[in-house]
Amino acid sequence: MLAIWKREVQNYFYTPIGYAFLGIFLLAGGILFSLTSVLSSMPQANVVSLFDNLSFLFMILVPMLTMRLLSEERRNKTDQLLLTSPLTIRSIVVGKFLAAITMLLAAMLIATFYVVVIAQYTVTSIFSPQGATYGAIITNYVGFFLFCACYIAIGVLISAMTENQVAAAFITSGAILVLQLLELALLPNFANSANPFLSFLFAIFSWLSFYARYSTFTAGMLSLADVLYYISFCGIMLFLAIRIIDRRRWSGGRDAPAGEGAAGAWKAAFASLTGRGGKGGRA
Amino acid sequence: MSENCIKLNNINKYFGNKQVLDNVCFEVPFASVYGLLGPSGCGKTTTVKIISGILEATSGETLVLGEKMPSLPLMARIGYMAQSDALYPDLSAKENMEFFGALYGLAGKAFAKRFDDVMALVNLSDDKDKVVGAYSGGMKRRLSLAMAILHQPTVLILDEPTVGLDPRQIIEIRHLIKDLGAEHTVVLSSHILHEVADVCERVVIINNGAIVAQDTLENLTKSISDSFRVRLRVLGPEREAKRVIREVAGVESIEALGSKEPGSADFMVEAAREADIRVPLFRALSRADLPILTMRPLDIELEDIFLQLTADAGEGY
Repeated sequence: MLAIWKREVQNYFYTPIGYAFLGIFLLAGGILFSLTSVLSSMPQANVVSLFDNLSFLFMILVPMLTMRLLSEERRNKTDQLLLTSPLTIRSIVVGKFLAAITMLLAAMLIATFYVVVIAQYTVTSIFSPQGATYGAIITNYVGFFLFCACYIAIGVLISAMTENQVAAAFITSGAILVLQLLELALLPNFANSANPFLSFLFAIFSWLSFYARYSTFTAGMLSLADVLYYISFCGIMLFLAIRIIDRRRWSGGRDAPAGEGAAGAWKAAFASLTGRGGKGGRA
Repeated sequence: MSENCIKLNNINKYFGNKQVLDNVCFEVPFASVYGLLGPSGCGKTTTVKIISGILEATSGETLVLGEKMPSLPLMARIGYMAQSDALYPDLSAKENMEFFGALYGLAGKAFAKRFDDVMALVNLSDDKDKVVGAYSGGMKRRLSLAMAILHQPTVLILDEPTVGLDPRQIIEIRHLIKDLGAEHTVVLSSHILHEVADVCERVVIINNGAIVAQDTLENLTKSISDSFRVRLRVLGPEREAKRVIREVAGVESIEALGSKEPGSADFMVEAAREADIRVPLFRALSRADLPILTMRPLDIELEDIFLQLTADAGEGY
């Protein structure tokens, strides 16, 4: 797994992707930070709005990290060498996921510069009830990290489904856009609905919502349930990616007749969820 | 441990409803070079993928080194060279090898030593720091082979190893495979008849997913033809030589091929398969003071065997 992780992190910097990711993250972060904490008439002495606003860039940033992770192996046909090595598919998928996570952590680490700036100029207010406490900054960091990790896990799953990295990027962007629209535009409409069905839907989706859970972190609370929810979600996405690769192997991969590709991948994912995954592979 | 290195028992493989392998059975002894021969799309790649653990058979049993495949610990003892080059084009040859070495737990000094040896073996030592994207097709094939043998596997699976190479590179790779056969058990899939004839000790011929023949090339030749042909060049008058040859026991037919060398006559002599007429021919012509300038037994070419066995070749897999 370490070899896979190392190769993927290396690869981010062999290609412009790593630089582009860090550049966009930090440039957008810098602009947002300037607008909310420096230039604003009501400067905010915290990183809440910074990360909150950055989350809207997920649909650009996450596909950059995940689009080629698994799809490129298939396109280069190097997946065959990985599959004939003594590595488990789990090690391959988790190693790649952790490489993307490493890039996220690197970007967030560089973003601590903003915290340093806030601490420099708002020493008096940072511990005040109006300002953010260091504790809240930490929970915000943890929340943002977990929130983003879930989208990365979705990206890894989508990358496992196709050998076309452009398709993987567009589908990941689309999936994130749909999720964000559902959570932020559609879901609030169901709140306080008189229709019991819509209220029921609201309750379900509120429980599932990434964003609603992220809000507890931005409020300075660290809820174990929320942490577990995010970790479980990542786990399920990675498990499905593992099963898809495993299943593709059994069904013949690119040698299989047309129709066994993406459709087969979804079937495998569904079968895994419903416990009808057939025989276990190397996962 | 099994007597054989690889054993396939009644292997069937379906992709959806389509059967691509039909009851495939064969055994590969240790330290031998085995050829899987068949037209493109006949199921060769599926067979080697099943042996190397990329695919699992729908039914049947695959044993490698006495253990059932697919098995992760066994993977470390198998080297696989895919039909298409499985390399990272943005990395140098060394970085590619470092990565795959790390997958097999090869790092540090052990890797450095093995890397130098393997790169020298495939004649790529001078290009080890070059980015693989800038390699020629032949260099990529050689690097793929180097990668397959990097971790010193017991079993080496080569899927169409010389595809896309020029004639000189093909000869180099074949020599390399022959040498590797001394230490490794090599399974080579190919649709190139001469490649298999040059390199392999035994051949499995697959057509439409089923084995149509498996034996040594010599036995395959015997099985398909019941005659033994010898081409002769005799110094002396054609008519007299023909008379002497006709009287040799076992000779069934004789055909004069004219004179290719001054004072000599060429003949094609045919005898029954079980009768080796070379010694009687030598003695008879020697007694008649008709020196033999050349004598060459003519075996049936592999093409003849292949065409006859795959005569009913339809659409492959």
